[in-house]
Amino acid sequence: MNMTEIKLKHIHDARTNSRLEDLYRQMRRVRTFEERVGELFVRGQSAGSMLHLSIGEESAAVGVCSAMKEGDSFTTHHRGHGIFLSRGANPNLMMAEIAGKETGYCKGKGGSMHIADMGLGHLGANAIVGGGIPAVVGAGLAAKRGKTGAISVAFFGDGAMQQGILYESMNMAALWDLPVLFVCINNQYGMGTRIDQATKATNLHERAIALGLNGISVDGLNVETVQETAQKLTDDARVGKPGFLAVSCYRFFGHARMDKSPYRSEEEETEGRKRDPVLFARDNIIKEGVSDEVLDIIDQSISDEMDSAIDFAISSSPPPLSSMFRDVYGPNEPEPEPVQTRINRILARE
Amino acid sequence: MVELTYRDALRQALYDAMIEDESIFIIGEEVGRYGGAYGVTKGLIDKFGPERLLDTPISEPAIIGTAIGAAMSGLRPVAELMYVDFIGMTMDQLGNQAAKIRYMFGGQIGVPLVLRTQGGAGRSAGAQHSQSLEAFIMHTPGLRLAMPATVSDAYHLLRQSLTKPDPVVFIEHKSLYSLKEDVDLSIEPLPWGKAAVRRHGSDIVIVTYSRQLQFVMQAAQALSKQNIEATVIDLRTLNPLDFDTIRKEVEKVGKVLVVSEAVLTSGVASELSARISEECFDYLTDPVVRVAGEDCPISVSADLEAGSIPSPKVIEETAKRLVM
Repeated sequence: MNMTEIKLKHIHDARTNSRLEDLYRQMRRVRTFEERVGELFVRGQSAGSMLHLSIGEESAAVGVCSAMKEGDSFTTHHRGHGIFLSRGANPNLMMAEIAGKETGYCKGKGGSMHIADMGLGHLGANAIVGGGIPAVVGAGLAAKRGKTGAISVAFFGDGAMQQGILYESMNMAALWDLPVLFVCINNQYGMGTRIDQATKATNLHERAIALGLNGISVDGLNVETVQETAQKLTDDARVGKPGFLAVSCYRFFGHARMDKSPYRSEEEETEGRKRDPVLFARDNIIKEGVSDEVLDIIDQSISDEMDSAIDFAISSSPPPLSSMFRDVYGPNEPEPEPVQTRINRILARE
Repeated sequence: MVELTYRDALRQALYDAMIEDESIFIIGEEVGRYGGAYGVTKGLIDKFGPERLLDTPISEPAIIGTAIGAAMSGLRPVAELMYVDFIGMTMDQLGNQAAKIRYMFGGQIGVPLVLRTQGGAGRSAGAQHSQSLEAFIMHTPGLRLAMPATVSDAYHLLRQSLTKPDPVVFIEHKSLYSLKEDVDLSIEPLPWGKAAVRRHGSDIVIVTYSRQLQFVMQAAQALSKQNIEATVIDLRTLNPLDFDTIRKEVEKVGKVLVVSEAVLTSGVASELSARISEECFDYLTDPVVRVAGEDCPISVSADLEAGSIPSPKVIEETAKRLVM
């Protein structure tokens, strides 16, 4: 244990952690992780150009994930770091994957948008808007048939609300009474198009109700409200009453790292960023009598944890070129022939 | 020996596999109570119940997506896509999800689903219900592709598909469902991924698959009466592709015809032709010739329909010109 950890342990031993404090700690981990991912990008250490941060949306990830249980499965959209972290992901392996390193969750082949860990029930992040949604119907079907008691949760953004696959999937989940929950993290923007520029029907949960699901919209400012609502919906889903939850929040930054948000005003951003679920929770904890100093120590330990993740990612090796042909097919199947090998074979003739 | 139709053989394969493996279930439009648009799953619901013959709404993308999630959760789904022409509806789930999940996630998990569908001309079904779209699948690494041309293969290739670790697209031909053959299903089949040499001859090699095998065999018999003997290769699976068998036979003969019902441009026949030209260059005495579907949509008119795909006569005449 380092000094910070010893100090933290004393604090923890001295008093009982409140639920809110735990939710705060998880949200802070997401926030700090995302900030570090942003730095990784700025330093040119991330793999590729596609990075979508969930800063401002932490209450949705943490609130819903804290209502899930071990054995539950889930899929996420392209802005899913926070959800994965909230379900217990190892930040080192996440950061390494985002940096495209061999030590990452997917051996550097998936990256930010295709990160997954079957061991944690993460059936995959997805770079196609709505693409990961129907998989939870299949997972729900398997859970129902196997009577496992597990649920499967699809996380997606408001952009996916206008994708047909969502309605096909919700319809099947309702029709077959599946243990499934659909969670829309409504950060107000599908890339640069605001939700009210994408649809007239902005009461998103009403669409799910129309299909026979439980449907609720909740303000994401207060993580406790999100958690309580999600708990009710997951309890229902577990007994075969599928649900839909829309969590309203504000995407603090652009769609991806290169996006300077030309489609919205500075005033709007300033107002939007005031709706900060992390600071809101922090203020409430202080009102409960916890000192700033205690919270600073928590923040610092998280900062240290994420610094280590960055170090791990940067010091890891990229995958070898030969791994390119691995895992196209199952483990005992022949790998595809490399183009160069083929050319050499053809041109080797007399 | 027992006389079976292609349709019966497929049903028998599903039946036998479902008895042996409880994780197998069938999901799709009209697969249960209706028994499948072409009758392949008829009666299976009486034996296995609605839980294993899951009738769905008309939602092709979510049918495949649900099958993917189920396959990732320990089940072995057989998803039915009523017509291969609808594959465009499902191409995200098939091409971006099923085909890439193992790879993108670093080999953590596979998607062992079988997508049964049917394609091809022959029933005046028009431009949106008669196509041969196998090139879409063959062009997507991660997807296996089987296209049975015989009753025996309808059974065995489907059984084999249901043991594979990866997604298999299994394309039946609508004009083969009533094909009858005497088969002994207890005879050990060719291994998965191996082409069948259906006929040996020293004058020309004809490479084909699916229903065109029937046309090619008719052409080969007509050629034989004119003292032209053809080797006929039935590929059976297009991924994996058994190029070794093609190479071996082409090197013996030097003249090759590739026959496919799909439209000519950028089709499976094009890929086969390119490979044969590259890899068997020193053994070829003539250009590799493709006999394929015309580069236009398929009409409802039976005459236009038949005229837009290879016929036994055209195959025979083309082979003759190549040999002469």
